[in-house]
Amino acid sequence: MRRAAVGLLLALASFAPASAQAPLLTAQACLGCHGPGAIGQTPIAGLAGRPAADLVAAMTEFRANQRPGTIMGRIARGYTDAEIAALAAHFAALPPGGAR
Amino acid sequence: MTPTLSRRGFIAAAAATLAAPSIARAQIAGSGASARLVVIGGGFGGASAARFARIAYPWLDVTLIEPQSRFVTCPYGNLVLAGRLGMNDITHSYDALRARRVRVIRDWVDGIDPVAKTLRLRTGATLAYDRAILSPGIALRWGAIEGYDEAASQLMPHAWVPADGSQTSLLRAQLEAMEDGGVVGISIPANPFRCPPGPYERIGMIAEYLKKHKPRSKILALDAKDAFSKQGLFQDGWKALYGDMIEWVPLSKDGRVTRVDPAARILETEFGTKHKVAVANIIPPQSAARIAIDASLADASGWVPVSPRTFESKAAPGIHVIGDANNGAPMPKSGYVANSTAKQAVASAAALLRGESPPDAVYFNTCYSHVGPEYGISIVGIFRPTDTAIVEVPNSGGISPRGDLPDQRRFEALYADAWYRSITEDTFG
Repeated sequence: MRRAAVGLLLALASFAPASAQAPLLTAQACLGCHGPGAIGQTPIAGLAGRPAADLVAAMTEFRANQRPGTIMGRIARGYTDAEIAALAAHFAALPPGGAR
Repeated sequence: MTPTLSRRGFIAAAAATLAAPSIARAQIAGSGASARLVVIGGGFGGASAARFARIAYPWLDVTLIEPQSRFVTCPYGNLVLAGRLGMNDITHSYDALRARRVRVIRDWVDGIDPVAKTLRLRTGATLAYDRAILSPGIALRWGAIEGYDEAASQLMPHAWVPADGSQTSLLRAQLEAMEDGGVVGISIPANPFRCPPGPYERIGMIAEYLKKHKPRSKILALDAKDAFSKQGLFQDGWKALYGDMIEWVPLSKDGRVTRVDPAARILETEFGTKHKVAVANIIPPQSAARIAIDASLADASGWVPVSPRTFESKAAPGIHVIGDANNGAPMPKSGYVANSTAKQAVASAAALLRGESPPDAVYFNTCYSHVGPEYGISIVGIFRPTDTAIVEVPNSGGISPRGDLPDQRRFEALYADAWYRSITEDTFG
């Protein structure tokens, strides 16, 4: 039983490097300030583990100049609604403490 | 891992892969279970590529070839000149990449054969790859300014290619040794060059040091162009913080330095004006690094044309050229762009190794600059590739707002420091 499970894992592993495994490249850009794992870099806020709806709201407000900020308005205006939704879902699913 | 051990291990591995290339390739075509990604150059582009490849595509076998044992960043070097930081604060080791099972080889690459897919190392070994990422940085065009060669840089430092850090240390030492009331001359090149806001951040950081320690001194910035990155913001800051300490001379007012006399510390401009200075910092015209030129990857501009989506060299398929060496305009030659495009190049290489289409791309840049204490400014760019070009997303990005905005400046200075910690972790960590 255990051996069969291991065998299945190995079989899966040999197919693992498929495109399904590809990371969300769009999210990579955020890490240069928000830190690896998007856990934040004082005083820059963490994104990991925050509710997706909150992240979408923040980006949408930044984009419309309806939320005070130094730089995020300029950044948010570079991304589409679909990208913002995907980014929010991605960061919401990450552990807030980080697992690098 | 000592260089001796790594070399021995590497030669054995290279011999094994050279002996059985057809078997290695068959594995890739069949299951994607292994493929050799070789990264040349351990700066922001190369180290980011190696790190990201190991994290996101663990089936890749990743080798990083870099001649320096540690990397001194160009970003934040200006804060060393200000006296805010020491060299240790901007020096990064490759130990964390080794822990991520990147095979780090300390060597120079002397030749690339893109047809055979092999590299020749200075120590004599040959290394085979399936895809290569080339992130070699820049070369300084010695002689482009008459009298400015490598020997001259020992008297008039460029401090623009940090290498082992000695150039930045030399410029810092010269500033410390200068008497109050001296003139610091800075020669700035025409576009394109590494780090477009860098010379102007440097002006502010040197002024910060002088104002504190040698307040009667002046900075004379001689520029080979009439406009520069974040110009209004920089000039607002210089005036507010340093009064008339800084004089910036544009191209149209005879700002282009064409000749130097290093021993006499004289900078001579296009129309023959001779400026005698106490300390001279020459940031010379640049091109892609020598290896890219020698491998015939660069065009007449001196930079490497690449595919806008994969960064694959147009001259040498299978070699993705990232970082300052490529012709990535309108993106700036910055560490953040190198980090951002490194990830796309790795993702593209991984897809192509598997016979898949390269992924969609968004490239990202933020360049923070310090102007003085608690005074930071920034420029942001978001870019997307088309089939033939890289295009900035309309109505996005841009520079910090102008005006008397002390909170904005203070926060951006703090965010700049956080950026440096994050980007270096995301590159070398």
